[in-house]
Amino acid sequence: MTIYSIIFYLLAILILVTTGLAISRRDMVHAVVYLIFSFFGSAMLFYLLGAPFLAVLEVIIYAGAIMVLFLFIVMMLKVETAGERLFPLSQWLPAAGCGVVYLVLGLALVAADPGRHSVLITARAEPGAFGQFIFQKHWLSIEIVSLLLLVAVIGALLLARRAKKDPARRGTIEGEL
Amino acid sequence: MIVPFNHVLILAGLLFLMGIFCVVARRSLIMILLGVEVMLNAAAILLVGASLRWQNLDGQAIVLFVFAIAAAEVSVGLALIVWAYRRTGSINPENYNILK
Repeated sequence: MTIYSIIFYLLAILILVTTGLAISRRDMVHAVVYLIFSFFGSAMLFYLLGAPFLAVLEVIIYAGAIMVLFLFIVMMLKVETAGERLFPLSQWLPAAGCGVVYLVLGLALVAADPGRHSVLITARAEPGAFGQFIFQKHWLSIEIVSLLLLVAVIGALLLARRAKKDPARRGTIEGEL
Repeated sequence: MIVPFNHVLILAGLLFLMGIFCVVARRSLIMILLGVEVMLNAAAILLVGASLRWQNLDGQAIVLFVFAIAAAEVSVGLALIVWAYRRTGSINPENYNILK
């Protein structure tokens, strides 16, 4: 048991606990804040597994941008907190059954894996080398992904504008934001 | 020496199951989108672990694209949620029954 494995198990427990708390909260602001903790744990896990650049990106993009966007939307919408939190179990019982079967199968598969004794050794992808690798081998994917982000921005703008520009539908809009 | 690759697999699998539970069982569109984020994060953890296991940088490159796709998905998804909220005044998917 090295110091790295102790850190890994502590981080794993922390990530699982904070994610479990996040998905079970009734108040969505609490859920988002717990999920930020979970993403910080993931960032540290990335660092431990040798991806410092991705650890930084996880904090900036996930814990920073995406979760703050969620927080804005949660606070913008007047969300009804009353009422049931979950769908009735009968509605998703088949899905739960399939999930349990997949969990058991997955655990059996992991336990029977012939390469199960291969232990991860510490290594690190330096950010500079990683950037060079990305732009040498995956430059086309980078361009496609940047185009995708542009399309997403335009789509989000379009969705946000249409409701305001359509005066005939104004009557059905209950909450002007 | 960190841990066997198996343990990373189990961690990512449990995280993914939590995300699926959140998507399937919660009654609010925002929580459903949060569940999708948890699932994408589990996939990213597994990819980074696999990248270390096989000493191959391609796994980390894919995680970069997963981040970009998560950002795009969440911006469009939240815009859709706001749009649906304006139309119906609710973010509970059970209330979207105009066609019923």
